[in-house]
Amino acid sequence: MIRFESVSKRYPNEATDAVDQLSLHIRAGEICMLVGPSGCGKTTTMKMVNKLIEPTSGTIHIDGRNIDAVDTIKLRLNIGYIIQEIGLFPHMTVAENIATVPVELGWSKARISARIDELLELVDLDPRLYRQKKPRELSGGQKQRVGVARALAADPRIMLMDEPFGALDPITRAKMQDEFLKIQEKIRKTIVFVTHDIEEAMKMGDRIAVLKAGRMVQLGTPMEILAHPADPFVSELIGGRQALKMMNLIFCDRLMHEVAMVDRTQNADAARRLIAESGASRLILATNGVRERFYVDSQSLTQTQDDLGAAIRPIAGALRMRASAQDALSEMLRTGERFLFVEDDSHQVKGVVDLEDLFKRVSECEHADQA
Amino acid sequence: MEFIGFFAARWETILQLTIEHLVIVLVAMVISIVLGVTVGILICWSRTLARIVLNLTNVMMTIPSLALFSLLIPVLGIGKAPAIVGLVAYTQLPLVRNVYTGITGINPAIIEAAQGMGLTERKILFKIKLPLAFPAMMAGIRTATVMGIGIGAIAAYIGAGGLGVFIFQGISRTNDKMVLIGAVLISLISILTDRALARVQRKFER
Repeated sequence: MIRFESVSKRYPNEATDAVDQLSLHIRAGEICMLVGPSGCGKTTTMKMVNKLIEPTSGTIHIDGRNIDAVDTIKLRLNIGYIIQEIGLFPHMTVAENIATVPVELGWSKARISARIDELLELVDLDPRLYRQKKPRELSGGQKQRVGVARALAADPRIMLMDEPFGALDPITRAKMQDEFLKIQEKIRKTIVFVTHDIEEAMKMGDRIAVLKAGRMVQLGTPMEILAHPADPFVSELIGGRQALKMMNLIFCDRLMHEVAMVDRTQNADAARRLIAESGASRLILATNGVRERFYVDSQSLTQTQDDLGAAIRPIAGALRMRASAQDALSEMLRTGERFLFVEDDSHQVKGVVDLEDLFKRVSECEHADQA
Repeated sequence: MEFIGFFAARWETILQLTIEHLVIVLVAMVISIVLGVTVGILICWSRTLARIVLNLTNVMMTIPSLALFSLLIPVLGIGKAPAIVGLVAYTQLPLVRNVYTGITGINPAIIEAAQGMGLTERKILFKIKLPLAFPAMMAGIRTATVMGIGIGAIAAYIGAGGLGVFIFQGISRTNDKMVLIGAVLISLISILTDRALARVQRKFER
């Protein structure tokens, strides 16, 4: 989608290249994180995509077309752009800000208006409340949402994001990251995302390009980089405790195994049979096929001969599918249980994560062959 | 009582001089604003140019207005034309400086966002820079206009007419009433104009 070929950039009056012989292929629909310390060339790299900075040598292709051959304005109108300070236009309303690029593209008023509502809903702001607000009336997180909406306005296929959540407090930042990932699941844009925060890179990135002094020292998925840092610089950037960090990249939906249901009216023998068949040690209780927040397990079934009643245990809490292995481990430590339940967004209990599964999965990742 | 009588006896002259004053200042200010805003915008492209122009306007303002008008006599003679030229030159500083600081004071992130989104330089100027610099620009226009109305009085010295005539005649005839009428009317015009401009500013700032 975006292909850098031996791209270098040297600023006037500088002895070294800000970006040095960079070759990088960013695939359609992925979030590619550019990460590194300040001065590593990550922002320069990103700004060369929409020609805010011209490379000194090398070429950049988007969809196979050399961007030199594309009109700069046309190119930029088709690339979403979000920067740390957001750069919302303070004299315009939220709606006018979002409308900027569609207006330039000559969309009809009705189409723009509909698009503004659609985008505000996407970023979870009520259009009726927010359309007419000025940026100064918004909180940091809300401004950032409007920034995202504005960048998405004309439905560009590529988005450039320069430390978009850098100025937010940690709680809002984590929330925005989660929400942005959720939005990305729907919109599947090709995203170049600049950050100096390796944690953010691990969390947001499909792939991470680690830059140091203008050179790309490693390119890989977060898991690959955690498992096999290319050099001491990358190791240091990751900062140790790799296995714990990997646990942020493994999610309950991959970790859990499904649990079968047993109807409330069935007896203990039937339940024991179901357990033996399913291979799991627990069953979710159900009434007329609807899962309840109760379960029986092989141990509790020893308390009863016939009726399930005495064997039924309540499900106190459950994690969401998107919770990480780290969340899961933390929850197990908190409850003192060696397992926990996983529920979907509609609070339907879907499965169980066992401590053993968690251990096995994390150490598999730790010892995976270099991809 | 005596004062009112004096005023009533000369109200036609006073009205005529007031209108004359207003016309001179109005013409000068229209030219001055167009010139000052244009220059203010243009010098944003080059820091060196900005420094030169701002220093030049600064120097222009340090010349005593009486001297400036006198200096124009050999070039433009006497009357309204040199008065207008003088006023334009004199009121450039607040205009140019305010437009310049108004534009260069905009958060660079806003301009970068606009460029990155694909707005042309022209669009950025008209849709982003000028609206954002508007309050500063308007403040410059108000200062310049009030200055222009005041200095306009001195233009009477080179035969431009206006309320300055009353003041100068009052001085030479040691007639306090004439000086007072001229001064009060000029102050009144200044205050009213400033208020009217403030209202315009508020209206456009939404």
